[in-house]
Parts: sequence; C-alpha cells; structure tokens
Amino acid sequence: MIYFQLCFEFFKIGLFAVGGGLATIPFLSELGVRYGWFSTEMLTNMIAVSESTPGPIGINMATFSGFHAADMFGGILATLSLIAPSIIIIIIVAQVLKKFKENQIIQAIFYGLRPAVTALISVSAIQIFSITFFNTDLFSQTKNILDLFHLLPIVLFIILYFGYRKYKCHPIYLILICAALGILFQL
Amino acid sequence: MTSYWQLFITFSKIGAFTFGGGYAMLPLIQKEIVEHHQWASEEDIMDYFAVAQCTPGVIAVNTATFIGYYQRGILGAIIATLGVITPSICIILTIASILTSFSEIAMVQHALNGIRIAVCILILQAVLKLFKSSVKDIFGTILFIAILSLSFLSALPTIFLVILSAVVGLGYSYIKKKRSSAL
Repeated sequence: MIYFQLCFEFFKIGLFAVGGGLATIPFLSELGVRYGWFSTEMLTNMIAVSESTPGPIGINMATFSGFHAADMFGGILATLSLIAPSIIIIIIVAQVLKKFKENQIIQAIFYGLRPAVTALISVSAIQIFSITFFNTDLFSQTKNILDLFHLLPIVLFIILYFGYRKYKCHPIYLILICAALGILFQL
Repeated sequence: MTSYWQLFITFSKIGAFTFGGGYAMLPLIQKEIVEHHQWASEEDIMDYFAVAQCTPGVIAVNTATFIGYYQRGILGAIIATLGVITPSICIILTIASILTSFSEIAMVQHALNGIRIAVCILILQAVLKLFKSSVKDIFGTILFIAILSLSFLSALPTIFLVILSAVVGLGYSYIKKKRSSAL
C-alpha cells in the first residue's frame, strides 16, 4: 500500500514541479505533513544533505524522502516515479522538435530563448560567486570592508582559474583538487 | 553508433560530479557531451535547457532524456536518464542508512567549500563559452541584459521569463521578415 502511495505521490510531484529540483520542496513538505513520513526537521536535514552530495537536488530529495517513508526500496521507487513523467514529456517534445527543427516559427522561438537561458545561467553563476567570495553577514555587522571578502577563496580562485585555463584538465580533477584544498586550508 | 553502455556511463559521470544541481552541471555537459562525444552542439544544449526550464522535472534529468533519445531512441532516453540518477540513489541511500548528520561533519564542510571554488571556475568558463555561441547580435545582447535584470530585480517566476523571451524572439523575427519583404 505504501509503495503504491509513494509511486502515485512522486509521479504527481514529477508532473507538477516545474523549474528544477528546488521546486519539489513545497510538495515534499506537504507530503510529510499528510502522511507523516517525515517531519519538517527531517526535511531540513534532507535539504542540507542533498545540497552537499553530488547529483541533482530534486533526485537526491526524492531518494531521501522515499527512504524515510519505506526504506531502500521506497527510495528507489520514489525516485523512479519522480522521473517517469518527465521522461515521457521530454520524449514527446524531442520527437516534435526533431520534426519541426527547420520550421521558421520554432527557429524564431529559440532565437529568443538562447540569450534568455544564457542570462538565467549567468544569474545562478553570480549567486554562486557571491556566496563563495563575499561575506555580507559579517560585513553588515562590522562595517569593515575587509570582512566583506573571503580572501583565501578569492586567491585560490585566481590561481586555479589561470592554471585550469592553461592546463585544461578534466573538470572532475579540478573538483577533486579543490575538495582536497578545502580540507587542507580548512575553508 | 553510440552504445547504451556509453550513454549510461557518461551520464553517471555527470550525475556523480554535479554539485549544486541544475546549471552547475553545464560545464561537465560541455566537456563530455559537446567536446568529447560530440552528441550535441552548444546550441542544442541551450535548446534542451530552455525546454527543460518550462517542462516539469529536474533539469539534469530532462537534458539526459533529450540526448539519450536523439542518440538511441526511447530506450536510449531511459538508459541515459537512469545513468544520471544512479549515483544519487547509491550515495543518498548509503548516507541515509548509516550517517544522518553527514552535512555537519567538519571535513565534509571544508571539502564542499573547496568544491565551490571549482564550481565557480567551471561555471565562469561555461558561461563565457555559452555567451559567445548564443548572444550573437544586438537583439541577443539586449534580451540578455533585460532577462538578467528582470531575474535580479523582479520576483517573476523563471518559467514566465522563458516564455516571455520566446514570444519576444517570435515577434522580433516576424517584424524583421516583414521589413525585409517590404523593401
């Protein structure tokens, strides 16, 4: 019974949460209240873990909440149910897109979409930059301009950026190197 | 021809090294999908992201479904998508069953703060590359600036901005065509 509920509920979330992983959180919090599968506190913990482990946040959250509701199998089932609607929808869109790729109207739509998507990606890039390099909380308390910057990350960023451009290693190595540096410098 | 196994492994790699979700996976997609395997072009990826933004579901998953479908049809779409979620399922199930206070461990925090620097480097590179391939004329530049400012200054939902820019693109092409046929 609980497996059926999990399938149904996560399929529904997959169908209605538009705009990426974080859009699933309001749905999950409602689920927790309605079925008692997990508390709001557990949800907060789940968000923290999902953000600090690799993988899309929406997927991590689904696996986690499914696990809390009905163990391992629940976790797998919840995740598969979550992605089922988007697989179906995207396959349909992909077929249509393939057929009408040369269509002028589709071309015109994507002509507007590409700069817009670049702008949206730039916004999330700027947000990541600001949490990594600026400490606005401390600055608003002390008003000391030096407190505004996370100096060590900025220095590491500059060195690594030019190093990466010069040596062009695979992104995965850069991630591993940075993780090691983070532990080494106690960032 | 692309094998199912190749699709699965490539997307597992992307899933296993995407920190921060959503657009943070763009650099890896560029490296693996565009440069290494050449399964899609820079512009194709943009189009998939745009569609992913207005359809339900997680962006990473939708992109995997797209590429898998174009490479090997419906089964390819399913396999690529399973590839991108497999690392998540394994990692989360492990963490959930053995340690619940994972994100409070000091070493994990330090490593994540370090990884954030890597994400900044990768995403900066990715955005620069993207900008070159998608913002090609004055119209594109204006639209880019407009959407960037709207996204910062207003609380409009992202899906609204995406639809708005589609309509603007359509309108602009229409006017341009009319003008050139009038000449």
